[in-house]
Parts: sequence; structure tokens; C-alpha cells
Amino acid sequence: MQTITQDILDIEAIRREFPVLDQNINGRPLVYFDNAATTQKPSSVINALTRYYEGYNANIHRGIHHLAEKATSAFEATRKSLQRFLNAAHVEEIIFTYGTTDGINLVAQTYGRRFLGEGDEIIISAMEHHSNIVPWQMLCEEKGCVLKVIPVDDRGDLILEEYEKLLTERTRFVSVVYVSNALGTINPVKTIIDKAHAVGAKVLIDGAQASSHLDIDVQALDCDFFALSAHKLYGPTGMGALYGKQDILNVMPPFRGGGEMIKEVTFEKTTYNDLPYKFEAGTPNIADVIATQNALEFMETLGKENIAAHENVLLDYATDALTSIEGLRIIGTAKEKVSVVSFVIDGIHHQDTGVILDQQGIAVRTGHHCTQPLMRRFGLSGTTRASFAVYNTKDEIDRLVQGLHRVKKMML
Amino acid sequence: MSLTTINEKQDEVIEEFDLFDDQLDKTQYIIDLGKKLPPMPEQYREDENLIRGCQSKVWLHSEMQGDRVRFEADSEPTAQISKGLVSLLIRILSGEEPQAVANAELYFIDKIGLSNLVTSRRAGGLASMIQQMKQFATQHSDQKTNA
Repeated sequence: MQTITQDILDIEAIRREFPVLDQNINGRPLVYFDNAATTQKPSSVINALTRYYEGYNANIHRGIHHLAEKATSAFEATRKSLQRFLNAAHVEEIIFTYGTTDGINLVAQTYGRRFLGEGDEIIISAMEHHSNIVPWQMLCEEKGCVLKVIPVDDRGDLILEEYEKLLTERTRFVSVVYVSNALGTINPVKTIIDKAHAVGAKVLIDGAQASSHLDIDVQALDCDFFALSAHKLYGPTGMGALYGKQDILNVMPPFRGGGEMIKEVTFEKTTYNDLPYKFEAGTPNIADVIATQNALEFMETLGKENIAAHENVLLDYATDALTSIEGLRIIGTAKEKVSVVSFVIDGIHHQDTGVILDQQGIAVRTGHHCTQPLMRRFGLSGTTRASFAVYNTKDEIDRLVQGLHRVKKMML
Repeated sequence: MSLTTINEKQDEVIEEFDLFDDQLDKTQYIIDLGKKLPPMPEQYREDENLIRGCQSKVWLHSEMQGDRVRFEADSEPTAQISKGLVSLLIRILSGEEPQAVANAELYFIDKIGLSNLVTSRRAGGLASMIQQMKQFATQHSDQKTNA
């Protein structure tokens, strides 16, 4: 993974595309550092939503009128964009979901329930988000599978030697996060995938955090499934995608039953639609699917490598600046990281840190970040997390540092 | 009778917070109040006394002393805002009749600009603290009515 540290983007111009950033919170200009939870949306995305509802709101696929036709093409255009975004081989391999969690549940409940059984082993890692733990636990409970966990070292890297020891002929599925939401660690997923395939296991990559920071190529990775959320890549909430290899998706049973996922329904027997519609029952989230294309365009126009370069500048700057604060300890110091900095301060509860930063107009996230087992691994109840996106600046990081000095002054 | 006292104490708190314009100064005052909270006996720091829905650990011990409700609380040492918030509630509600605690309308929260801490989960689960105090008081006012 190369780290580019040269910044060529016009950040001030980019900031003007995000209306939400232009406001005061508690009398001070907003500093938004909660991007790992959700990124803000550019005007192009917001306008696309309005344009759809004002201009061509219609239910898709079966309508024969003009509006339905227009909505259907815009809807399907996003699928093509996502195919390009992920470099999937076929457009049918892109299934719209409500988000990463939904995608993981789809795989666990369809592939998992059909193909996994008693004693089969599923491997996850110790840095998974709850959304990549609980669906597998539910499956294990139902089918009698065994869940195994790749441990994490003190820096926040997966211990790959331990992963190799976990792989057996009973390993049927591996589901790991590409980038840790709590630590920022970029995992060596290509190696993980190859080793899983060597024992015949299928692999799902949780791409919720990775997709806005890294170039994704599902064919090069050779993953069997890849799940992402639009709202973490400058797109709308309640919209995500699941990539799956065509031959695997074809043999998976449907997830939910209803409209659009059928070929023919009689009371005696229903036959199912082809990919990807087999997995898209009911009227989908049309407006948000359509606006997602604008989010992808936003990133493509800037260039993902340029976005990454800017974020790496911010990560390095923040890491240096925060480390200089006495009593502050960064949790997650892996060599390969995205722009996420989790930290604790001696003698100060993360919750208090978050409240006092908020009172200074600085939005961060505090708590366990939906990774309770990981927090336990580090002996913590939670951390304060600052996560940066393309519109953030060094000045804002200076504000964070000043804000933290104020926290310390008040607390200690 | 006791309701009046609760409201008098709320008015007193509102007056004290009126001295501060800035939210940060108010928060500093809450932290300082927390530091003055009398220590809670160790035996009350048990799991069943933990306030639910709180990012930080806060223990609340409730008991009846005669016909009055008595509250004591403590937090994990680092959670100073939570401790300050619970100390405000104790100041206003502890030592009052259960009926009055159960029926108290805690308008001081809004007046001193803490309502955002009640509705969101972020700051010490103030809403949960109030709920647990009122629940205890309600149980004991019921018992009194039933007796």
C-alpha cells in the first residue's frame, strides 16, 4: 500500500460543496470529525434527491410510463457505477441493500443457512464491528457452527500466524473487516482471502470503512462477497450494496420474499427472478440509490488517490499533534491506517471529552464504536475517535488539539 | 409541602447557573459540584445499582429513611460530568417525600441549558438517573398508599 503525502486538492472549494459544514455549533464553527460514523453529503447528492422527488418519482421496473422509465434508468445507472467502483465483472453481481449490516445479514441468512452446518467453522477477527459478529453468532446458534476469532496485537494489527492456525478443513467461511472503524487499521485482506480459499472457504469483506478511503477491486482481491454502505462514502443513509460472485449468488436462496424477486407466483409454487432482483424484494430505496451515483461521481471527480493523499496528510498531522498532548495515548498504531485516530487521555472519561469538545463545536465519537470485544482486548470501556474526510483541514485539527487542552484544564 | 421544597431547590440551582453565560463555564461548575459529592459507602457500588444506559459507570443507592427518600451516588473516578449531574439530582430530590419525588417536574434541567443532555445518550444518562430515582420513589409512594 503506497502512502501518498502530497496534497493537490482545493479543499476550500470542496468544503463549499458541503452545506452542512457552514454553521456554528455552540457559537463556534463546526468541526466535523465523525466521518467514520457517517460522512457529510455534497450538494450534488442532496440535489439529486430533490430532483428525483420533484421531477420523476415513480416505482421502478414494471411501470410503462415515462416517469417509471426515467426512474428505472437512473436506478440501474447506479448499479453500473457501483460495478465500476468495485470493478465487479458483472453488473448483476451488485445487489442493493440498506447498508453493510444488511449485506452481511443477507449472506449469513442465505449462503450461511443453505451451505453451513453442524461443526463447520466461521472465522472473524477481534476487530470486527458488531454487525460482522452478531449475524454469524446467530447463524452458529441455529446451525451449530463454530465461531473462531483472529486475535489482534497491541498495535492493532491482526496476528496472521494465529489466523493460519485457525484455518482447518472445517473452515467454511471467513468474514473480516477491510479497515477497522475503531482503530483505522487496514487489514491485509488479499492475504486473508487467498489463505481462506486455499482451504476451500468463502470470504466476505466488510468494506464499510474501506470504501471511502481505498481503491476497491473485488476481482483483484478475489473476495466472494464485499459489503458497503453509501452513507460512509458521501452518499445517502439507508442505502448500501453487496457484491457477490455471480456463480455463488446464483446458487444462494433468496433472502426476503415479495415483489420484484419473483418470476412467477402461483399458490402452489413460486419461481424466483434472476440476479440481482432475486435479492431485492419490495420497492427499494429508489431515491437514495439514485443519489448514490452522485456520491460516486463526487469521489471519481476528485480521484480516490487524491482523496487518500489528503487524508494521509491529515492523519500524519493529527497523529503528531495529538501525541504531543501529555497523557494522551493513541489506540491503534498499525503501520497501514486510514484517517482514523482513536485515543484515550489519562484520568479523563471519553464521554466527558466528547461533551466538552462538542461544547466547543467539535464533533467526535466516543464509546466502544460497536466493537466491544476489541475495546475489551485493549482493556478499555471506550475511546474518543476523530476520523477525517476529504473536506477536513489542518486548521480543524489545531482546533481539536486546543479543544483537548481545554478538556484537560477543566478535568485535571 | 415537599414539592415546594423541591422547586425551591431547583430555583436555587437555576440562580447559581445564571451566573454563567458560556456552556463551558456551566460544565466546569457541574464538574466542581461533582467533586463535592460526599463519598458513597463501598458496599453500594454493586452492579444492581449501576445506572442503565450510561456510557460511564454511575452507581445510585436509594433507600427510605423514615418517610423520606435518601439517594447516594458515585461514578467511576474519571466520569466527572456524570458525577456532577447526579450530584445536582441528589441535591434536589434526596431527603424529600417519595410522592413529591415521583411527581417532581424537573424544570431546572431545561432552564440551565442541560436539556440536550437529557434527550441524548451522551452525557451520563441523565434521563436514566431521573428515571431510576423516580421509579424508586414511585414504588415507595405506592407502598404508602397501599398500607
